Amino acid sequence: MNRLAVELPGLSLKNPIMPASGCFGFGAEYAKFYDISQLGAIMVKAATLEPRDGNPTPRVAETPSGMLNAIGLQNPGIEEIMSDKLPALERFDVPIIANVAGYTIDDYTSVCERISQAPNVKAIELNISCPNVKQGGITFGTDKDVAADLTYRVKQIANVPVYVKLSPNVTDIVPIAKEVEAAGADGLSMINTLLGMRIDLKTRQPILANQTGGLSGPAIKPVAIRMIKQVSEVVNIPIIGMGGVYTVDDVLEMYMAGASAVAVGTANFTDPLICPKLIEGLPQRMDELGIESLAKLIQEVKEAR
Amino acid sequence: MKQENMKIIEQKMLAPNIFEMTLEGLIVQEMLVPGQFLHCQPPTRSDLLLRRPISISSIDLKTSQCKLIYRAEGAGTKDMSQLSANETLDVLGPLGNGFPVEDISEGELVIVVGGGIGIPPLYEVARQARLRGAQVMAFLGFASKDVMFYLEEFQALGDVHVSTDDGSYGTNGHLGIILDEILPQIEPSAVYSCGPTPLLAKVDQYFEEHPRAYVSLEERMACGVGACAACVCQTKDKKTKKMRLKKVCDEGPVFATGVVNI
Repeated sequence: MNRLAVELPGLSLKNPIMPASGCFGFGAEYAKFYDISQLGAIMVKAATLEPRDGNPTPRVAETPSGMLNAIGLQNPGIEEIMSDKLPALERFDVPIIANVAGYTIDDYTSVCERISQAPNVKAIELNISCPNVKQGGITFGTDKDVAADLTYRVKQIANVPVYVKLSPNVTDIVPIAKEVEAAGADGLSMINTLLGMRIDLKTRQPILANQTGGLSGPAIKPVAIRMIKQVSEVVNIPIIGMGGVYTVDDVLEMYMAGASAVAVGTANFTDPLICPKLIEGLPQRMDELGIESLAKLIQEVKEAR
Repeated sequence: MKQENMKIIEQKMLAPNIFEMTLEGLIVQEMLVPGQFLHCQPPTRSDLLLRRPISISSIDLKTSQCKLIYRAEGAGTKDMSQLSANETLDVLGPLGNGFPVEDISEGELVIVVGGGIGIPPLYEVARQARLRGAQVMAFLGFASKDVMFYLEEFQALGDVHVSTDDGSYGTNGHLGIILDEILPQIEPSAVYSCGPTPLLAKVDQYFEEHPRAYVSLEERMACGVGACAACVCQTKDKKTKKMRLKKVCDEGPVFATGVVNI
């Protein structure tokens, strides 16, 4: 029995560890370091209808135990992703979760329709929560009706299960999660980055050219744990947890909050081998904590509620 | 490209806040071109998540040693400067595309143009050019005499022209003053440059059509391997004139002149 295996809509995961969207490019970059077939899945960089250049530089700034980014969804557009990026991942035995963003609902549906036809795309992650783009992005994620409408529309055309990536930049994440579930989402991804800012003391200007950016890294983990716990108590769809995961303990803490798989973001930048290290380290920590299997842990957490 | 805990052989201060760190490890055998960088993890500050890209200033394949020259300016590089011999540094590398030097041949005039902490990778370029029998001319700009480094090392390889912003050594003012004076008199076979943006812009302008002129860029990075798209620059295709974003970390940091929108 594979103690790390988890079954989610569209995804038979050999282990729960997957690099988060935006932190792993389109996979090939890290394939230089290790066999990425070891991963549970890969959440690739956001795809939009047209190519996007993203924001001006500087696009990153460091914060205590965290990082701000304002990349702005730079990507080559759906055509190149379909013809080049996704086929390049077919030689790896790993399911792809395609992150999709757009300016309009039609953008989202067009990209979802196309991308869900790629043979290795097993699920879509609907990005309604990027804080770094002026149109689209977070605006879809902060209004429950808009989020639900988008989810419903995408569900009508997508050939694969749809996970909706929720924004933490809201007063209450629970009603949004509920509406998205009611609109047909197969799962949730949470959380995206928290909107933040840093100012350079010498120039007296914001460090990021975009002024604000998304905060990630261990600094946001407690927020992620709190939100996953809140949401998992009121929805019946699985949650892919993310936000500051660096250690096997972080992975298991996400599970205990109610997650069913875990994505690793910023930690890839600190340690390019972090994902295989987590996969390797999980069984021993599970032994120490008396966890038989992750599937059983998910069940136990649910039943305890 | 690999991750390695490289052994520190020596760490010394070359000038106030300017350090030279000698590292030993297997990674060195992969350093085949000058101008690449190592992505260094601040050793004791677990609150600093991002690695620091530091250019490689010299490579010794025989001893598996390389040197990094860096300025301890922010929290991460200050942390690195506290390390001493026999400790290790967690590095990722060698990363990025370096300066093409394989086509340098005997008797050619090779010039390197560097400013401040952009100078270090040019030392290995100059050294390799000299080994190939080229005539080397270095143009080096510093803020002041106090923070000058590697003057003798460059002088051992060829002619050196120095400027300081405060006039405390060499020509008074920025390096462009020397370039304007000397460049019209020479015809270099190859040009290599690294330093502040205005200097790179000047070199780029002078040698826009030169077939063997290169500039090395700096940009804030996160991953260093082309995954996050933080460190992009605007480039144009010389033939089609079409603009395209390129990642400084893995499509650079070295670019041909006339390509990058500096």
